[in-house]
Amino acid sequence: MPRIFAYIAHKGGVADDSAAELAAAAKKIDAAATLTAVVMGWGAELDSVCNALRGSYAEVWKIANESLVYPNAELVRKALVKVLPAGGVVLVAHEHFGIDLAPGLSIKLKAAFVSDVLEIEGVEDAQLKVVRQEFGGQVSAHVRCDISSGAVVTIRPGAFKPLESTPVSGSVNDKSADVGVLTASRRYLQTMVAESGDVDITKHNVLVSIGRGIQEKDNVAIAQELADAMGGALSCSRPVVDAKWLDKSRQVGSSGKTVKPKVYLACGISGAFQHLVGIKGNPFIVAINKNPKAPIFQVADVGIVDDLLEFLPELTNKIREMHGVSAK
Amino acid sequence: MEILVCARRVPDTSENEITLNSAGNDIERDELVYSVNEPDNYAVEEALQIAARIGGNVTVVTVGGEDDEEILRREMAMGANHGVLITDEAFSGSDGLGIATILKAFVEKGNYDLILTGVQAEDGGAQVGGMLAAMLDYPFASLVNSIEVLEGRKLKISREIAGGDKEMNEIDLPCVLSIQTGINEPRYVGMRGIRAVASVPIPTYGASELAVDPRSVGGAAARVKRVDYFLPALGKGAEMLEGSREEVIDRLVGLVAAKGGLK
Repeated sequence: MPRIFAYIAHKGGVADDSAAELAAAAKKIDAAATLTAVVMGWGAELDSVCNALRGSYAEVWKIANESLVYPNAELVRKALVKVLPAGGVVLVAHEHFGIDLAPGLSIKLKAAFVSDVLEIEGVEDAQLKVVRQEFGGQVSAHVRCDISSGAVVTIRPGAFKPLESTPVSGSVNDKSADVGVLTASRRYLQTMVAESGDVDITKHNVLVSIGRGIQEKDNVAIAQELADAMGGALSCSRPVVDAKWLDKSRQVGSSGKTVKPKVYLACGISGAFQHLVGIKGNPFIVAINKNPKAPIFQVADVGIVDDLLEFLPELTNKIREMHGVSAK
Repeated sequence: MEILVCARRVPDTSENEITLNSAGNDIERDELVYSVNEPDNYAVEEALQIAARIGGNVTVVTVGGEDDEEILRREMAMGANHGVLITDEAFSGSDGLGIATILKAFVEKGNYDLILTGVQAEDGGAQVGGMLAAMLDYPFASLVNSIEVLEGRKLKISREIAGGDKEMNEIDLPCVLSIQTGINEPRYVGMRGIRAVASVPIPTYGASELAVDPRSVGGAAARVKRVDYFLPALGKGAEMLEGSREEVIDRLVGLVAAKGGLK
């Protein structure tokens, strides 16, 4: 079995939630594996991340370098290529940093690459057997990846449950000297924090959320009226923002807001994972979609197959009646 | 600026329900509506806008077969100067690494300052752009949602990171960027525009023209292979409300009220 490494993202001295998920994924590749976490950064924050990881990783490789204060994927890749042995399996979380880092890393390590893995079914004859999703989660695929010359594998956030195993007491090995001076032809400048917008969807208990199924800008008002009648707010999935029908501050998902409502009405939303990861706190999810096979029905509590443009106004009228407001 | 956009033709998920075929080993491909992969279309629009601002040419390339010509014509109707089809029996069944290997050979025949891809294909892994950049030793940035051309062969770009925040970077040319949807508003293409480019010849390149070793690409060389498709069973699934619309609404209102969803 190849050696397994996990690249650990961290912020403010705390390891990302994915650290425990990568450890769980690694154990599905090889239950007996001795796991190595690779952590890069600078200063006291790096040390506290390394120490915290000793509970779940047998070995923690610390790479301190002032140029890694902010994780620039090009610099991180160059550092990884210097320290990683050939033939290992390297796990990276499939989020914005992993998408930046992992494909190029696989080229430089001459390793195979498979991305956005949500299940691992083991290794057979040097073939890693994994499950991926395609077409926005409408179908899944069994994929085999030849790991005989190593592999870089990105792991979908939230797909692997952290293990509740007995903590290990791992050692921290300082590999900084192996890295040397790093230079990049891409330079980080600054992070621009998203504007909050006119309505803060993270503060609402009821969200009426619209997706591509709303079809056109003029129909957005239909959903707004329902949100108003319910005393909630209007949110959306990515295609609605891409089409400029609603402001970015209304978007729920990995590149938008994380919301924690009590009730979430997903209207014309197919249910891609990038959207679903933005819904936390186990709300009551109602899915309304004309496609009975939409993935959203797998995660919703209640599903309705109907035409939004007819269903939503009737629902609004019913709620207004209940509140004693005469229907339009 | 010479700009290359790598695009793909994929089943359009906004037009199709993707289901399994009767054998269960592939998606049902009969009667599928195909279109250009959505993020790739944003990449072409961005290339056109850059060329309009500072001058230059936009070439759109795809690796595929005869059927894929239609997306090249569509992007040419948007305004791309050239469309190029890379096609060869030897390329069929390539994994992401194989496609990146083929594109690298094509890039080296030209003189491109900027190479754009879409962030991810509907059936892809957000991989070819990053691989291509590493093979060429060009810098790379993913999830790009704005591009500003600076003096001195540099760009200022933003990347879409968690929570809608933007990570600003400076990047040297030549470089490879993967473009996120929403970066611009792709222009509309009508039938008239497509007819206008219908007879423009589209050059094709194969393994010999590109000097690609056929053994390094295609299905036989692929280290990553899809075995089959299946329908995911995530969780228990929703309780489906059925009956007349009125009955459904009555039940729904009761359920939502019980969960505190009505003021």
